[in-house]
Amino acid sequence: MTDDLLVAENLEIVFGAGRGAFGRKRPGVKALRGVSVRVGRGETVGVVGESGSGKTTLGRALLRLVEPASGRIVFDGRDITRLGETQMRPLRRRMQLIFQDPMASLNPRHRILRIVTEPLLFHRVVADAADAERRARAIFDRFSLPVSCLARYPHELSGGQRQRVGIARAALLAPDFVLADEIVSGLDVSTQAQALNLLKELTRDLGLSMAFISHDLSVIRAICDRVYVLRHGVVVEEGRCEAVFAAPKHEYTRALLDAIPSPRLDPGWLQRDTAME
Amino acid sequence: MSAPVLDIRGLSAVSDRDQAPILRRVSLTLARGETRGLVGESGAGKTTIGKAILGILPRAVRVTSGEILFQGRDLLAMPGGELRRLIGERIALIPQDPMTALNPGRRIEAQLTDGLRLVRGVSASAARARALKLLEEVRIREPERVLRAYPHELSGGMRQRVLIAAAFALEPTLIVADEPTTALDVTVQKQILRLLRNMQAAHGTAVIFVTHDLGVVAQVCDSVTLLFGGKMVEEGTVAEVMEAPKHDYTRALLDACPRSDQPELGLRPVPPELIARLRREVAAP
Repeated sequence: MTDDLLVAENLEIVFGAGRGAFGRKRPGVKALRGVSVRVGRGETVGVVGESGSGKTTLGRALLRLVEPASGRIVFDGRDITRLGETQMRPLRRRMQLIFQDPMASLNPRHRILRIVTEPLLFHRVVADAADAERRARAIFDRFSLPVSCLARYPHELSGGQRQRVGIARAALLAPDFVLADEIVSGLDVSTQAQALNLLKELTRDLGLSMAFISHDLSVIRAICDRVYVLRHGVVVEEGRCEAVFAAPKHEYTRALLDAIPSPRLDPGWLQRDTAME
Repeated sequence: MSAPVLDIRGLSAVSDRDQAPILRRVSLTLARGETRGLVGESGAGKTTIGKAILGILPRAVRVTSGEILFQGRDLLAMPGGELRRLIGERIALIPQDPMTALNPGRRIEAQLTDGLRLVRGVSASAARARALKLLEEVRIREPERVLRAYPHELSGGMRQRVLIAAAFALEPTLIVADEPTTALDVTVQKQILRLLRNMQAAHGTAVIFVTHDLGVVAQVCDSVTLLFGGKMVEEGTVAEVMEAPKHDYTRALLDACPRSDQPELGLRPVPPELIARLRREVAAP
């Protein structure tokens, strides 16, 4: 048994390949070109890149939500690359996803109570609905979410509350691995800080492993142990956060770092060229 | 110093539904060529101020008092037709979302030249030449091709450049930029911010820059107004407010920003006691 919970080796993912009209071959678009990543037990790993870099595709592949053309995914020592849906199902509870837009990922027609307890009942984590509700109340307490939220609909909550409900839904299943895809972009800084601190606490207390996808390096720096920098479907740099931020090796990483506007005044920043220009 | 381009005096607004205050006696001035950041968390009223200037407040928002003086004339007291002409000609908007702000069914050329032809009465060929120049000015590499393109054929960064070109087309005195780079990647954001700043310097345009990103404010604005619950909490030059904040809330927001340079400093949420205190202060008459 290794210290790695989740390992992806040489992942290639191609979209839109196959045969087009008149049987002509279509090459498709390569979203990932041989990407290898690993997430250790209890480790938080950042994946950073800009639009089109393949970061979201990588996340979805780790959860077996898109099929790789080649490569291998190993979860807890078991090759899951070609597992069928029935074989995957028991693993699904252990691999959870927190979505980018809680407005789109929380069913608008269900009350929060149903939204957070349904997965518990589906995966038979609890004996009955009463038990599920008890757990939901306990976790809401811990997340400083008012218990009254349970009776509300998603649109009646604030953005920060909705995001915490998304985190609570995943945490209730006591997973081993969580994928968080751009979960704080678009939040106010204070709400963002709250959500990030909550995630940090959870990973520490539950020994959770997490892959944290973001376009924002300063957020990655705040909560990740290691980081992968993705560009055009290739990992261009990886390493421990302290090292990568202190001395980025790849010019793309430098460009990403240079482009972050700091709240500290820096009169020359705007006109200064970033690494790639 | 000459008279300000924009002078907002004691602007208050309420929600028509429950009379809840949305803006509480907001005042600010803007000189020619100045960039003022309007910052605050959601619900602070920053977007509402931008909409009030552009005369596009939602029907449910009612201005209860105050003036918005643009070059000395109150926009709120101006007859509708005159206001619309003025806003088309002298005040422009750079919207947040470059995906939805352009008409998906019309070529870029039509969208860039409408104002020139309809407002200025410029001939089609002269308008086209001007549009080409504008696209060059926003550093679009193949301006001829982009003029013929539909919005979906352009990347997000390209679309935002087109929108900046459109905003500058009629040489406005004032531009309201509402989170113009929030939807963009950081490297593209920096290019767009630089472009906006350089265009503005070249044309002497004043800009109201609505954003929630204090980093962007620090790097592109001259002055800043921080709002909470529709009320001004602090204002001043960027150097004053960002380097030596007077109000606890300003300091707290700066502490909440993630800091890639010094991670141990950032990510402290605004304390709930401070929020409670601010709510009381804001509600006090």
